[in-house]
Amino acid sequence: MRVRGPLRQLAGGCSEHAIEGATVAELLRELERDNPAMGGWILDERGLVRRHINVFVNGERRGAEAAVDPADRIDVLPAISGGMTPR
Amino acid sequence: MTELLVGTRKGLFALVGEPGGKFDVAARAFAGEPVEYAMRDPRSGRLIASVTSAFYGPKLWYAEDPSGAWEQADGVALPEDGGAALERIWVIVAGESEGSLYAGGDPGVLFESGDGGATWELNHALWEHPTRESWQAGGGGLCLHSIVPWPGDPDRLALAISAAGVWLTEDGGETWRQGNKGLVARYVPEEAREGATALCVHRLHRARRRPERLFLQFHGGVYRSDDSGETWADIGAGLPSDFGFPMVLDPADPDSAYVIPLEADLDRVTPDGRVRVYETRDAGAGWAARGDGLPQQDAYLTVLRHAFDRAGDGETLELYFGATSGDVFGSGDAGASWFGAATRLPPVLSVTASR
Repeated sequence: MRVRGPLRQLAGGCSEHAIEGATVAELLRELERDNPAMGGWILDERGLVRRHINVFVNGERRGAEAAVDPADRIDVLPAISGGMTPR
Repeated sequence: MTELLVGTRKGLFALVGEPGGKFDVAARAFAGEPVEYAMRDPRSGRLIASVTSAFYGPKLWYAEDPSGAWEQADGVALPEDGGAALERIWVIVAGESEGSLYAGGDPGVLFESGDGGATWELNHALWEHPTRESWQAGGGGLCLHSIVPWPGDPDRLALAISAAGVWLTEDGGETWRQGNKGLVARYVPEEAREGATALCVHRLHRARRRPERLFLQFHGGVYRSDDSGETWADIGAGLPSDFGFPMVLDPADPDSAYVIPLEADLDRVTPDGRVRVYETRDAGAGWAARGDGLPQQDAYLTVLRHAFDRAGDGETLELYFGATSGDVFGSGDAGASWFGAATRLPPVLSVTASR
């Protein structure tokens, strides 16, 4: 699993993480467990991937419940969210 | 020297200057991120900031210096089994106990810190209040935006939630009850106004030298309570519009309040293209326009609920407000005259001032 930007900083500067799990959600939970400073940054309190975070499996954007294989490469990236008007 | 902490859509700006002149940008933090609110704890000098990343969610941060290292605060989250996620922290307020701070957020939640803002705990009594299911969110979400301690008594606190009205506790937040009698929600049918709970309070303040007195800017109406928030009387007559968001009181004068009226709920700009602050010194019996030095032609500004604050009091009262235009205005003489403190900042979400 690869992370960038502030997530990489929260992981002590490490961008690549070898994590075991059967689904994207399991991997993300494990990533947060291994890197407590990252808690709440990718998954919210309900365990849902934050709305403007995208997860790619081998280059394809996938949901949290997507199954993963041991050889898969996962990228966690901020979404393209320009033009938002929050208020 | 006065310090303004200006929360904007694109980061926190720490401005410093003297009343009457342009303020300098002393520091910028959280570049690119919406900074909802930032304050300097007057007791410790520590800075606390609320930052809502569009990507990574809402966080609270603290630092000793705005240009220094910011640490993320712990505990700013809802229970994992609660079925909801924290959307935003709207406001941070110093409490009455040593090291005590409060933070209010969406969805209608209160956090408390006993260590100056490093760690926080959710107030469970409000979170689990049996009426919560009926609370109605306003346009900005279900935001707990006003927290008003009672000077010298940490057990007494009033809150305001848009649009779930005023909430009162006398036991340090163990129990909460509503304090809404007299508030009139013009946006619901007349036959449904009695007992309505969808009450869109925009801002709430307590008169420091007469703590049983509260002032409130409503979604249509300006109100005063002289009985600690039990009942409310409309004092909006005399304003060009009784719609608006921010409010400031002079701590030295319990009869004082300042508001910045906007045209209407469907047209949230300064009326008639004129930027004017309105002041009362008789508890709302009358209001006087304070616009000397402010733009008086073709100026359609929007001033958000936390974008107005003060430093000092009485004869040394300074007032500051920012607009979504990126302008920040100030007054060093309690509103009698105004000057431009900053311009061309990103849209201003909040302003807090200290000397």
